[in-house]
Amino acid sequence: MISAFFIFNQKGEVLISRLYRTDFKRSIADVFRIQVVSNSDVRSPIITLGSTSFFHVRINNLYVVAVTKNNANAALVFEFCYRFINIAKSYFGKIDEESVKNNFVLIYELIDEISDFGYPQNSEIDTLKSYITTESVVSSAIAAEESSKITTQATGATSWRRGDVKYKKNEAFVDVVETVNLSMSAKGTVLRADVDGHIQMRAYLSGTPECKFGLNDKLVIDKGDRGISDAVELDDCRFHQCVRLHDFDATRTISFIPPDGEFELMRYRSTSNVKLPLRIIPSVTEIGTSQVAYTVTVKANFNNKLSATNVVLRIPTPLNTTTVECKVATGKAKYVPAENVIVWKIPRIQGGSECTFTGTASLTITTTRQVWARPPIDVDFQVLMFTASGLIVRFLKVFEKSNYQSVKWVRYLTKASGTYQIRF
Amino acid sequence: MAQPGQDAKFFQRGKLEELRAELQAAETKDKKYVKRKTALKKIVANITMGNDMSPLFTDVVQCLGTPLLEIKKMVYLFLVSYGRSKPDQIHLVIPNFLQDCNDRNPLIRALAIRTMSYIPIPVVTDALTEPLRHCLKDRDPYVRKTAAICVVKLYTADPRRAEKGGFVEMLRDLMLDSNATVVANAVAALSEIGDRHDGVIFRLNLATANKLLTALGESSEWGQIYILDSLLRYVPERHADAELMAERIVVQLQHANSAVVLTTIKALLYLMNYMENRKLIEYCCKKMGPPLVTLLSSGPEVQYVALRNILLIIQRRPAVLKNDVKVFFCKYNDPIYVKLAKLEIMYRLARAENAKEVLAELQEYASEVDVDFVRKAVRSIGRLAIKVEEAADNCIQALLGLVEAKVSYVVQEAIIVIKDIFRRYPGKYEGIIPKLCGNLDLLDEPESKAAMVWIIGQFSDRIDNADELLDDLLYTFLEESVEVQLALLTAAVKLFIYKSKSDKTKEIVHKVLKWTTEEIDNPDLRDRGFMYWRLLAVNPAVAGEIVLAEKPAITTDSDRMDRGALDQLLLHTGTLGSIYHKNPETFIRNAAAKALVDSPALNPHSRAAIIPLPRPQLPPTTITVPGPGPVEPQLPESHNASNPPDVTPAAKPAPPPPASASIDGDAALSDHDDEDDGPPAAADPYSNLDSAFGNYLQDEPRPMAAGGQSANRHGDLDDLLF
Repeated sequence: MISAFFIFNQKGEVLISRLYRTDFKRSIADVFRIQVVSNSDVRSPIITLGSTSFFHVRINNLYVVAVTKNNANAALVFEFCYRFINIAKSYFGKIDEESVKNNFVLIYELIDEISDFGYPQNSEIDTLKSYITTESVVSSAIAAEESSKITTQATGATSWRRGDVKYKKNEAFVDVVETVNLSMSAKGTVLRADVDGHIQMRAYLSGTPECKFGLNDKLVIDKGDRGISDAVELDDCRFHQCVRLHDFDATRTISFIPPDGEFELMRYRSTSNVKLPLRIIPSVTEIGTSQVAYTVTVKANFNNKLSATNVVLRIPTPLNTTTVECKVATGKAKYVPAENVIVWKIPRIQGGSECTFTGTASLTITTTRQVWARPPIDVDFQVLMFTASGLIVRFLKVFEKSNYQSVKWVRYLTKASGTYQIRF
Repeated sequence: MAQPGQDAKFFQRGKLEELRAELQAAETKDKKYVKRKTALKKIVANITMGNDMSPLFTDVVQCLGTPLLEIKKMVYLFLVSYGRSKPDQIHLVIPNFLQDCNDRNPLIRALAIRTMSYIPIPVVTDALTEPLRHCLKDRDPYVRKTAAICVVKLYTADPRRAEKGGFVEMLRDLMLDSNATVVANAVAALSEIGDRHDGVIFRLNLATANKLLTALGESSEWGQIYILDSLLRYVPERHADAELMAERIVVQLQHANSAVVLTTIKALLYLMNYMENRKLIEYCCKKMGPPLVTLLSSGPEVQYVALRNILLIIQRRPAVLKNDVKVFFCKYNDPIYVKLAKLEIMYRLARAENAKEVLAELQEYASEVDVDFVRKAVRSIGRLAIKVEEAADNCIQALLGLVEAKVSYVVQEAIIVIKDIFRRYPGKYEGIIPKLCGNLDLLDEPESKAAMVWIIGQFSDRIDNADELLDDLLYTFLEESVEVQLALLTAAVKLFIYKSKSDKTKEIVHKVLKWTTEEIDNPDLRDRGFMYWRLLAVNPAVAGEIVLAEKPAITTDSDRMDRGALDQLLLHTGTLGSIYHKNPETFIRNAAAKALVDSPALNPHSRAAIIPLPRPQLPPTTITVPGPGPVEPQLPESHNASNPPDVTPAAKPAPPPPASASIDGDAALSDHDDEDDGPPAAADPYSNLDSAFGNYLQDEPRPMAAGGQSANRHGDLDDLLF
């Protein structure tokens, strides 16, 4: 298991150092600094030296590092690092050098609670917040009873939820967020198109609500034999700890008692019938050795009541580009020499419409004529109230013994960031 | 939610004297303990920065009198950091600890034993023994789950004391606890103890295993991992037992935590060895594919872990992902380690049906920036040609296209694989040799140079100017690496055999033979030179038959680990061993080796491939220490729910060690060992690989050489570091 846990800043200074086991001295931190922080070409998130392995995750300007001395479960170690990052974000609003330094005492408390002797323990944020706080607690003042409640929850079957939650207005917000992965070849054929979706829920519900959640999942709908054709085929689903997996396996119903507040209910993947919201048609021609001519068209392939926002195209240019002349009717385009790309930003594209970029890149004459690798065009965007997979939430039912009314809200968002790539 | 902290200002180096003064000043007037808190925060910051704060021991300990929990925790943190180095002063705090162990508040009780067990010196361990015994039976589950982990801490500090104190038995009893979190921690603790070389044996029987599975549903995600992991300690005696268990855990594949998913897969792969129902096996394989692919949308680190495991899994169970090659196509912005791992999987999943798509991708990668990635892509094109005959033509075209680009490292990689393609498809592609010969001056690495020299020698009958080419290459003969020298020697001999009439070739072969036998120190090279010389002198015709004998065809069959090695490695799915594709005991000191255990249910193929563990060196007699509960039942009715309390994990404490206690082979294995004492497992699972792919595996991820460049006493870096 995990023998030590560290947080380093970009310079390699130790911000947090917790040795769970005595098999190391803290000077082990120096080894990490030499091997990873000051190494400009780190080619693995895991480095093993002798029997010692360093696992690191980079987040903002920090390295979150776990060190082991046994044949550790690598997935567990990384999941633990991710979890720590999430907890820190939830506690401090963000995780960076400043927030770590500002809360280092609390972080020590936290990492001692979520890992004992290197074995990850209960790490449900809601529960942690009930007894690890920044407020000064007088130890004798915490009633033993109150603590018993906490301990029962921390070790209980629904460790993610307190029993005494109360809201005036019972509400649940459901956000379906889909990320489209696209890889299109220069000839315009789709090499790969799939959707990574996750359903984010914010539950502000009193008591211990029992929730049932329904999607237009093909396996469910077809069983009902209603012949609805817009059902989606999900390749795989993964659920939050709270969802009863046996129920899902048997009947594909998603039933759970939600944690209080925000959490990720499920993740899913879909590869069939993916609707690509933006169609990109690039035409890039190298004119001799001194110029490259671009015409890139973006077509919005969805209902004209909707629109894509924050559209950013990053169109690569050869390394020896000097200037680029850009012409656009919509948005703004400019050449960013540091990244060798033309960045074309379009604040909004209405469904069904299209816009075009034309430009010419002038190149310097180089003696070594190396073939231009032509990295893909990358497109980022967001489309509200649209799902590329076609998934919709059919219902969300909330049952609670006090029988209150609850209000539910559902939003859909399809987006791409660094995942929508078109070769040319 | 609490206010965001403002502690950054304390995060600076402080002088011992000043900090001490601050603490002492706080003793007189300290409203709401603010001064003490501030001083302690500064001290904690300094501990973090690596400044030795231990001289403040007595001053810090004074603060334990304060009723603030926050202060108590900081003092405890201080004690965890320096307690070990102050065995003569630690008694000062023991009363406080003991008082906390009896606190009414369960969180305080747990905190006390947790902290004490982090200070592994006899004074503290002595004091801990009694409270720990109570805490293991505490009415609060939080205290019990903490106590369970304390036992393994105690065991790590002093195994014999933990055994004598009966703590291992108490842990075993905790596996039957009503609270799932307690059960999971007890399992985690027992597993660690069981993995120690001097630990007790920890095996599960059917009843206990089933009992643990009941706790699975109520455990936290981490607890699920500990429990699923422990299932490998259960050896199914009947197919039906394995099958039932697999059915029960298969739903865990839907869990959001990737470690739960991978550990479930590990357990399933293990159980499949004991299953008979073909349909169920197929069902499990089918169920495993999608979650594995989903792991590729996690963070890059988890993706990497998943990819390295997928590479193993598809070698053993090709059905798992056979139609999914597209999801392994690289994204332009994937981290390099993800790309390299994907490339290998793409090659493994390539078949005639998808070869075209795969090749198009590989060609795309061959123009990227990262040199390693490009090289591996080029080499994969060649391997694809060798693996899938239908794709060979297109692959050759692709390679020629790459050669024309004249990028040195691309050309070199291409030539290395083309050599293999020539051997795989004799008489088919030799027409391209002239194109290759135009690139001689781009070759500056031994492997590619040797490959090119081999091509020239092998086909010197078809290359008109082979003698000139070879002569050019021979200019630098004496400076070349051995690999190239060997290739040049053989090529010169082949050339001579093909064109023995030519004066030029005579001159060349003579020159080379003379160099190798007179000027070279390398014995291999020299001996080979002598051998050729004699052969040619005695009977050139026979020499021709020998040197130009038909070569065995290259195939990709050997390009896969053998089944026994795979079965063994898959027992480590998700762990470091699965990342490096090495059994952990080969690179981690004291790591527990694992092997499939024979049972009537083990399927015959798995049995035939078992690589038994080397027998540990143990005293000849077996010793059984009776614990509570009967001996592990071997009867079929043991799975019957009607006998719940007779759950007896085979946790059997070892006897106290001999007084000298110098050897660590003193653990008692009260168990049979595998009858046949086969050869120890091959240390490197790739050792059986044909050398057809040369150093293709060179850039595989691997633990760094323990030796390092500096001279090092035991050849283990750990000794140097710590």
